Amino acid sequence: MGVWQSYRLRIQRKRWRIRALRKRRELRSVINRTDLIRPSDLLLFATLRNEEIRLPFFLKYYRDLGINHFLIVDNDSDDGSREFLAEQPDVSVWSTRASYKRARFGVDWLNWLQRKYAHGHWALTVDPDEFLVYPFCDTRGLRALTDWLDASSIKSFGAMLLDMYPKGRIDAQPYRRGQDPLEIACWFDSGNYSIYRNHAFGNLWIQGGPRARKFFADTPHAAPALNKIPLVKWDKSYAYVSSTHMLLPRGLNLVYDEWGGEKASGLLLHAKFIDTFAAKAAEELGRGQHYAASQEYRAYAEGLAENADLWCKWSEKYINWRQLEILGLMSKGNWA
Amino acid sequence: MTLGVVMLVHTAFDRAEQVIRHWTSAGCPVVIHVDRIVQRRQFSAFQAALSDLPNVRFCERFRCEWGTWGIVAATQAGSEMMLAQFPDVRHVYLASGSCLPLRPVRELIRYLGARPLTDFIESATTADVPWTVGGLDEERFTLRFPFSWRRHRRLFDRYVNFQRRIKFRRKIPEGIIPHMGSQWWCLTRRTLSAILQDPRRAEFDRYFSKVWIPDESYFQSLVRLYGTDVQSRSLTLSKFDFQGKPHIFYDDHLQLLRRSDCFVARKIWPHADRLYETFLNEAVSAMKGSEPNPGKIDRVFAKAVDRRTRGRPGLYMQSRFPNENWENGVSTAPYSVFEGFSELFIDFEAWLAKATGARVHGHLFAPERVEFDGRQTTFTGALSDHAALRDYNARMFLTNLIWNTRGERQCFQFGPRDSQYVSWDIAKDINAQISVISGAWAVPLFQSNRNFADLRNEAAMLQKIEADHLNALRSPYAKARIRIWTMASFIENPMEVLQTIVDEATGKSLRRLAEAPRMVELTGFGQFLQNLKNQGMHPYLMGDFPIDAAPENAPPPARKPYLVR
Repeated sequence: MGVWQSYRLRIQRKRWRIRALRKRRELRSVINRTDLIRPSDLLLFATLRNEEIRLPFFLKYYRDLGINHFLIVDNDSDDGSREFLAEQPDVSVWSTRASYKRARFGVDWLNWLQRKYAHGHWALTVDPDEFLVYPFCDTRGLRALTDWLDASSIKSFGAMLLDMYPKGRIDAQPYRRGQDPLEIACWFDSGNYSIYRNHAFGNLWIQGGPRARKFFADTPHAAPALNKIPLVKWDKSYAYVSSTHMLLPRGLNLVYDEWGGEKASGLLLHAKFIDTFAAKAAEELGRGQHYAASQEYRAYAEGLAENADLWCKWSEKYINWRQLEILGLMSKGNWA
Repeated sequence: MTLGVVMLVHTAFDRAEQVIRHWTSAGCPVVIHVDRIVQRRQFSAFQAALSDLPNVRFCERFRCEWGTWGIVAATQAGSEMMLAQFPDVRHVYLASGSCLPLRPVRELIRYLGARPLTDFIESATTADVPWTVGGLDEERFTLRFPFSWRRHRRLFDRYVNFQRRIKFRRKIPEGIIPHMGSQWWCLTRRTLSAILQDPRRAEFDRYFSKVWIPDESYFQSLVRLYGTDVQSRSLTLSKFDFQGKPHIFYDDHLQLLRRSDCFVARKIWPHADRLYETFLNEAVSAMKGSEPNPGKIDRVFAKAVDRRTRGRPGLYMQSRFPNENWENGVSTAPYSVFEGFSELFIDFEAWLAKATGARVHGHLFAPERVEFDGRQTTFTGALSDHAALRDYNARMFLTNLIWNTRGERQCFQFGPRDSQYVSWDIAKDINAQISVISGAWAVPLFQSNRNFADLRNEAAMLQKIEADHLNALRSPYAKARIRIWTMASFIENPMEVLQTIVDEATGKSLRRLAEAPRMVELTGFGQFLQNLKNQGMHPYLMGDFPIDAAPENAPPPARKPYLVR
C-alpha cells in the first residue's frame, strides 16, 4: 500500500470520527451508568429498535459470557424496549429519533459511544439477534478469550455472521419472551460461502448462506455481507466504517491468515429468522431505513413469505461450536 | 533436606498467594521476586498478605522485561537469598506466579530426594533445536541487542541486520558453550551455588547481560560447567506456541493435566478456578506414574500450532484465506474431471458411478444450472444449483464442494460449453485428475438437428474455448494429473483408457472393468467434420478422422473358420 492510499484512509478515518462527533447530538441519554465501568470491563455496544421481546435472552446470553456493561442506543422504540433496558443495573441507554440510515445504520452513534467509553476496553458490537460463539465458549468465558488475545498481541477478533433459520415456515413457531431463539432457528448453511478480498480495506468480503441462496440467487453481488469483526480492543482513534464489517485503521481488518494458516475466529449466530421477522419486515419496508434499500425485506414481502422455507435437505442442525469448527466455519487457530 | 521455591511474580497476586501457601504448607520455603514495575501499593499489600508465613522472603526487585537481563538478575537474587537463608534446601525450584503444582508437593520432594545430585534443566546446543522464533538462534550469543524488541521492533531488526552486514561478532567467554532451554528449572544447591559463586561470575554476567533472551541461556549454559548429572528436561510442564509465548491452561484442561503426571504446569489462566481448586486441594495424588508423561498434552498443543501455521488444506473461510500459491493444496481432496466422455458415451455418468463408486455429477459448470448428481437443486453444504450464484465465485463453488464432501470422491463433467472460470484453477490444482477427449464437443452438434450455419458458428466458438482450456492444461503451471487424447486416438482403444481412469479414481483396484459404456453412433461423423471444413471452419482438436468409408463398400465381417477335428 502506497503512502497516498494510506493517507487517504487516514483522512477517511478522521472523517468517520468527525461524523460520529457530529451525530452525538442526536443521542439523548436515558440512563447513564458508565461510571460503573471498571478499567478491565468487557463492554457490549448495540443499536436496536423494537426488540423488547428479544432483550431478556439477549442480556442473559451476554451476561453469562461475561459482559460487564451494556451500552445501547435505542432508535425510537415504542414497545417498551427503552424502559426495560433502563431498569437493568448494568445497562446504559441512549435514545434517538434520528434516522438510522443517515447515521449509517447506527455506526456513527456507536462510533461515538465507543470513542467516549470503550478506550482501552474490549468492545463487542452486536445486534440483539446476533449471538457470539467462539472456540471453547462452552467452557471458557469471553474474558479467557480476550486475555488470550491480549497475550498474543491481537487487537481484533473476526466472527462471521451465520444465518440461522427454522425448518418449515419462519412464522410456524412463535417465539416466547426469554426463550433461546436458537431453539427455533437451529439450522444453517454449512458450506456455500463466497469470499473475496477487499483490497482497499484489507478485509474479506463474505457472502452466501440462505439469504444469498433464496433471495439473491440472480443478483449474488448484492447479497448481504457476512464478514464481521465484532470484538475489538478499542482505542479512541478507531472507527467502524460500515456496520461491523470493517474498521479503520485497516490493520484491524486482518483477522485472517494469508499464508495458509488459520487464525482463531468465532461466529455470530444470526437468529433473525423467527416469527417476529414478518412483522419486522412489514414495518421496516415502510420505513426504508435498511441497507441496500431494504432489499431482503422486500424479497420477503414479495410473496416469498408464503412459501419461504429457508430450510433445505442439506441444511445442518446446530449442535455446538465444535461442530462449527469441524465444518470449517470458524477456527481455534492456535488457541488450545 | 527440603525443596526451596524461587518465584517470579508480576501479576495475579491472589493466585500467587494461593500457590505460595500451598508450597509453604508442605514445608518448602519460598523466595519471591516481584517485578519492579508493580506499584508500591500493590507490592505492600501482597507483602502484608503473606506476612503470616515464616519461611517466605522477598528479594531485591528488578525490572523484568521479556527478553532482557532483568529476569536473570531476579533469579540470581532470589536464588542467593534462598541458599543463604535456608541452609536446609537441597533443590531450588524456579517457578512463576502462574505456575501450578499438579501433584502433591510431598511427591515432588520424594522424587527429588531419590535424585539428590540431579539437576533438571532443559539445555540444548543452539544448532540442534528448532525452537527459536524469528531466526535468531546462534546470533543471540554473538550480536548485541541494545533495543527493546517489544517497544522498538524496527530498530531492533535494523540493528541486527546492520551487525550481520558488517559481520560483527561478540566474543563468547572461554569455556562457555551456548546452550538454550526452558527458563523453568530445578537445580541442586551444589550446582546453583557453584554457578552463583563462580570467580568468573562477573565476566559471565557481563557477557550474558547483553545476550538476547538470557533467561533461556544463562543457567542453561553455565550448568554445563558444573552439573555432574544434568537431566535435560524441565519438571515444569510448559508448552510454547509458534510465536514463542506459552500456551495457557484453562479449566477444560483439567483431565489432560491430571493424566500428565507432571509436577508443575505453566501457564495457568488466573481465572481457572477449577484448576486451582482441584490441584491445590488434592491430598492424595490422582496420578499414578512416577515420571512425568505429558505426551497427550504435547499432541494437543502441537496440533494447535499446526492449525495456526498450516491450516486445513483446501479450506477457505473467514480466518483462512491464503494468497495464491500459499494454499497448501487448492482443494481438500482428490477429484476427477471428465471432459468429452459424457458426449461420447451414452449414460456415462451412471456407468462411471457404478464402476468407481464415487459421486458423479454432470456438468457442474453448465450454463443453465449446476448439474449435481441426480440433478438435485441443492447439494452438500446447501450449495445451490443456481448458475448465477455459482459463477459469482466459481472457484469457491468448486473448493466448497470438495470441502463439503470430504471423504467421498467427486467426479464431474466439464467442457467448452460450460462456464470457464475454473479452467485455470483445476489445471493448477494438484488434487485434480483431468481426463480430456479433445474435440468430443462436436458429437452433440453432429447429432443435433440444427441449421448448419449455426452449427458452424457454435463449433468454431467451442473449439476456441477448448483450445484455450487445453493451453491451461499444457502450461508449465499446471499441476493436475492431466491426460489428453484426441477423439480420434481415443476411440481406437477406449477400454484401456477407461480402465486407467477408473483405476486412478478408485485407487488402483486390480479389477478389470466388467461392463463398457456404450459409445454413441459415430457413423457419418467424419463426413460431418468434412462438411465443417468445407465451410471454412477447420475442426482440429478431434484429430484426424477419416471420412467414413461408406458402409456398402465395407467388406462383410469374415466368418470364423470352423476347426474340423
